[in-house]
Amino acid sequence: MKKLEIRLSGSGGQGVILAAIILANAGVEQGLNAIQTQSYGPEARGGASKAEVILSNDEINYPKITRANILLSLTQKAYDKYNSSLETNGILIVDESVKLSGDETFKVYTLPILRTAQEKFETQLVANIISLGAIYELMGEGIIDKDIMIRSITERVPAHTVQKNTDAFEEGIKLARG
Amino acid sequence: MNKEGYKLVQGNEACVEGALAAGMRFFAGYPITPSTEIAEISAEKLPALGGRFIQMEDELASMAAIIGGSLAGKKTMTATSGPGFSLMQENIGYAAITEIPCVVVNVQRGGPSTGLPTSPAQGEVMQAKWGTHGDHPAIALTPNSVQETFEYTVKAFNLAEKYRTPVIFLMDETVGHMREKMAFKDASEIEIIDRKKPTCKPEDYVAYRPDEDMIPPMAPFGEGYRYHVSGLTHDETGFPTNNNEISEKLVRRLVDKVDKNIDDFSYYEEYKLEDAEIVIIAYGGVSRSAKSAVDDLRKQNIKAGLFRPITIWPFLEKQVNKVSLNAKEIYVAEMNLGQYVLEVERIACKNCTVKSINKVNGELITPEEIVKAIGGNK
Repeated sequence: MKKLEIRLSGSGGQGVILAAIILANAGVEQGLNAIQTQSYGPEARGGASKAEVILSNDEINYPKITRANILLSLTQKAYDKYNSSLETNGILIVDESVKLSGDETFKVYTLPILRTAQEKFETQLVANIISLGAIYELMGEGIIDKDIMIRSITERVPAHTVQKNTDAFEEGIKLARG
Repeated sequence: MNKEGYKLVQGNEACVEGALAAGMRFFAGYPITPSTEIAEISAEKLPALGGRFIQMEDELASMAAIIGGSLAGKKTMTATSGPGFSLMQENIGYAAITEIPCVVVNVQRGGPSTGLPTSPAQGEVMQAKWGTHGDHPAIALTPNSVQETFEYTVKAFNLAEKYRTPVIFLMDETVGHMREKMAFKDASEIEIIDRKKPTCKPEDYVAYRPDEDMIPPMAPFGEGYRYHVSGLTHDETGFPTNNNEISEKLVRRLVDKVDKNIDDFSYYEEYKLEDAEIVIIAYGGVSRSAKSAVDDLRKQNIKAGLFRPITIWPFLEKQVNKVSLNAKEIYVAEMNLGQYVLEVERIACKNCTVKSINKVNGELITPEEIVKAIGGNK
């Protein structure tokens, strides 16, 4: 595979960093080189939060993303800040609440991520895993096996939430398929 | 764990795993971003191994506690970031003069003062050597990957034990917080060094009488060897003295036991240096950008290479001198306003041009910035 650079952005507390860890973890379990970094403010909740994952067959030196192939933005603020970092033929995944600037050259998937979390799962806590499902569906086939993704989710979320989170992952895949 | 034995691990987690593998059984600390995971995971893992974790009231006390723990015979560590590292300085000097092994991890963040808690920086390179007052030995190691964090934390303990001195493990937020693959090593594959103990009877023990290797054997408190430990300049018994001759001899021995053994722990990486005319010197998180920059510059037919010190202190004079003999220009890239470059200039400026690439905005220097500074296209 070619180097794949994925940026997940949202607001602190939405769990984008955990989603990135799960994805990078699955990458390593698959036998790829994977690196995960993040940047966040000093607040525990609120504020901008950004996590990055690079997957590659080759050694990864510079650990940050320069041009993202896939960008997830769960909030308007995150979209405004990061949409210019997406490569021209990249993939943008945004929550339906985000207003687009209208001059996107990349593929855009506007998905009801936050609403689905609330309506189907009665909690915003799974928005990150729904997003992860959408990213997984759109990042291309054959990069990471689905059972490895499920195992990675299972290992990294609290034990009593495993079912809810794996359901949320499936829901994200469905949303992305449209 | 995948088929090849790799797991996704965070830098700070790797530091704890390395410390435990090296034999750490006591950790005292005061949590601070971006080092907190080191305290957190130590607290979780130490009790199961018969070790102890204690959260102290501040960093002064944390440093004091790991000195006490080491004196009682355990391998000890603390972890902090800039503000805490400043508070630890007095007792780092105490550990140096009393020759008590311990490891002090500093995961560097933006400074000065409380600065940028969640952002990377490399502002404590000079502090790692000169932060505590008086002439004293200084060993500091800087990893640039999760795997290396594991392996060099083990080495930090080994050096502390072997040379009876505090060792600074100088990380940065980039390396501490990133996650990448790491291979867990079996205990049998890891070299572990333990401090030298006295073989004489307790009544014959002279606590600070060095062997020929300049290092005195160390008896743990509580095993019947009675001796005096003092931060005052002391004679071989450990009791304070004003004697000028003894004072001179002590300070010189403390420094020499480390500096004269530098060949034993000169750790570094050379990348595409064979024919390099442009040499980038970088360490820690920035060295990863520098390696990418070397590849980019090579694609533009610029003969670039990387020298990456892992042993930051003592300064690798011999290796940097050799690099400077073949280079036209050396660029030192670091997330501060020019610290390590001063040492590079001291050694290299007679042989080639030395320039500085600096950034203090809380972001890692990018490969593009390095390429641009050197004059390549990006």
